[in-house]
Amino acid sequence: MLETKNIDFYYGGFHALKNIGMKMEDHTVTAFIGPSGCGKSTFLRLFNRMNDLIPDTRLTGECLIDGEDIYHKSVDVTSLRKRVGMVFQKPNPFPKSLFENVAYGLRVAGTTDSRFIAQRVEESLKGAALWDEVKDKLKKSAFELSGGQQQRLCIARALAIAPSVILMDEPASALDPISTSKIEDLIHILKKDYTIVIVTHNMQQAARVSDKTGFFMLGELIEYNDTKKIFMSPEKEETQNYITGRFG
Amino acid sequence: MNSHLLKQNIAFAIFRILGLMVVSILFWILGFIIYQGAGVISWEFLTSAPSNGMTSGGIFPAIVGTLYLIVGSSVVAFPVGILSAIYTSEYAGNGNIVKFIRIMTNNLAGIPSIVFGLFGMSLFVNTLGFGDSILAGSLTLGMLALPLVIRTTEEALKAIPDTFRTGSLALGASKLQTVHRIILPMAFPNIITGLILSIGRISGETAPILFTVAAYFLPQLPHSIYDQVMALPYHLYVIAVSGTDLEATRPMAYGTALVLIVIVLIINISASYLRKKLQKRHA
Repeated sequence: MLETKNIDFYYGGFHALKNIGMKMEDHTVTAFIGPSGCGKSTFLRLFNRMNDLIPDTRLTGECLIDGEDIYHKSVDVTSLRKRVGMVFQKPNPFPKSLFENVAYGLRVAGTTDSRFIAQRVEESLKGAALWDEVKDKLKKSAFELSGGQQQRLCIARALAIAPSVILMDEPASALDPISTSKIEDLIHILKKDYTIVIVTHNMQQAARVSDKTGFFMLGELIEYNDTKKIFMSPEKEETQNYITGRFG
Repeated sequence: MNSHLLKQNIAFAIFRILGLMVVSILFWILGFIIYQGAGVISWEFLTSAPSNGMTSGGIFPAIVGTLYLIVGSSVVAFPVGILSAIYTSEYAGNGNIVKFIRIMTNNLAGIPSIVFGLFGMSLFVNTLGFGDSILAGSLTLGMLALPLVIRTTEEALKAIPDTFRTGSLALGASKLQTVHRIILPMAFPNIITGLILSIGRISGETAPILFTVAAYFLPQLPHSIYDQVMALPYHLYVIAVSGTDLEATRPMAYGTALVLIVIVLIINISASYLRKKLQKRHA
């Protein structure tokens, strides 16, 4: 379970997240929607501490995974990131073979058992619904895949290290409609085994894939509820305005 | 023809003439050297030592000396330069320390090479007691190459998009693993090119080796890194202005210049060849 309490986040003097508290249950898909610059991606990146890479930022409040404060001094960031996988907006496979892309997370974790690695690579590619398309060309460069396949490769790469949470930062925004629907189907399947948090600009996508939806605006969590409720009968006027397209 | 088009054509014509001028200067120098120097190039010239007060014989010891200095200064400059470039561009962020290091690196590049020579003499030759030697000369030339090596390596690393870094870190890789397994292999072709070009640049330097290693006349080859060597740029200087019989050695000076240019040319061509080959492999 992911949980935040009184999260405030600053980029230098800019107050990017304001007093955010929310809970995300295991094996659910939670979507974050909101206008550009509302803080939804910043909030997403708290959970694998990718914001640590940005200089001059400051965080207050608590960010818990299964009750453990992931910003506590004793937490090793690299092992946190093995538990919390991430898929980025633009597919970013490494300039390596398909096989080595998926094996990367295992190799950096120190795994050397090549039979185990081969088995994990196959499982992960199957998990990302890519195996049938690529099983004969695992030695080929990842750059030879289409954009949609590359993104599923990046999902497979994240699955290989057996995380419990997968963060997706607009995973389909650079893809064509067919690739997008494949990613969405995949999210439905992955939900059984993983807790998924997805940031999206596409409200139909949020409605299609998620169980719960959080609406962000100007660094605040305006409304957080079951996805059906958010899209059918939102409680707040700002949410209503946003989902009906009156701004944003 | 309207006046805009006319102006444009005139401007382009001027640019074109200036561009051609640059090329023609290069070809003029090359042609002049080849015309004056090609006559003395022979197997004997390339493989024998100078004789008869350097009025006959060849330049073999100087060629060997220059190659030794190229290798020696590479050994000095490459590890230090590459590692500090990795530090400044991958680890140190963008704080004041890095800005300071960068400004100082640029300043180092701006120091005249004769000052490096003087410094090298004072530190390596005298204070550290290496004497006039390949060691002292390589250290001095290596220092001269450092800013170039650092700069080109930094550029090569910066050319790698951040998405590869975040992608690797998000999979639980450490920063060191990310640099080692993703960033360096990707930047490698450009780093190599930069290294080779830096070496090409410094292999023609005269001032830094003047007081640190170069011998006026030394027909036998060095036995250790504590020996002096002859070197092409300095030998060129010697037989052009301070030999025993300048008229007789003039053609040999041009021949020496030609050999030096060809060595630098070979280095540069192999750099671009190597880059193309490596880029294909990593694509």
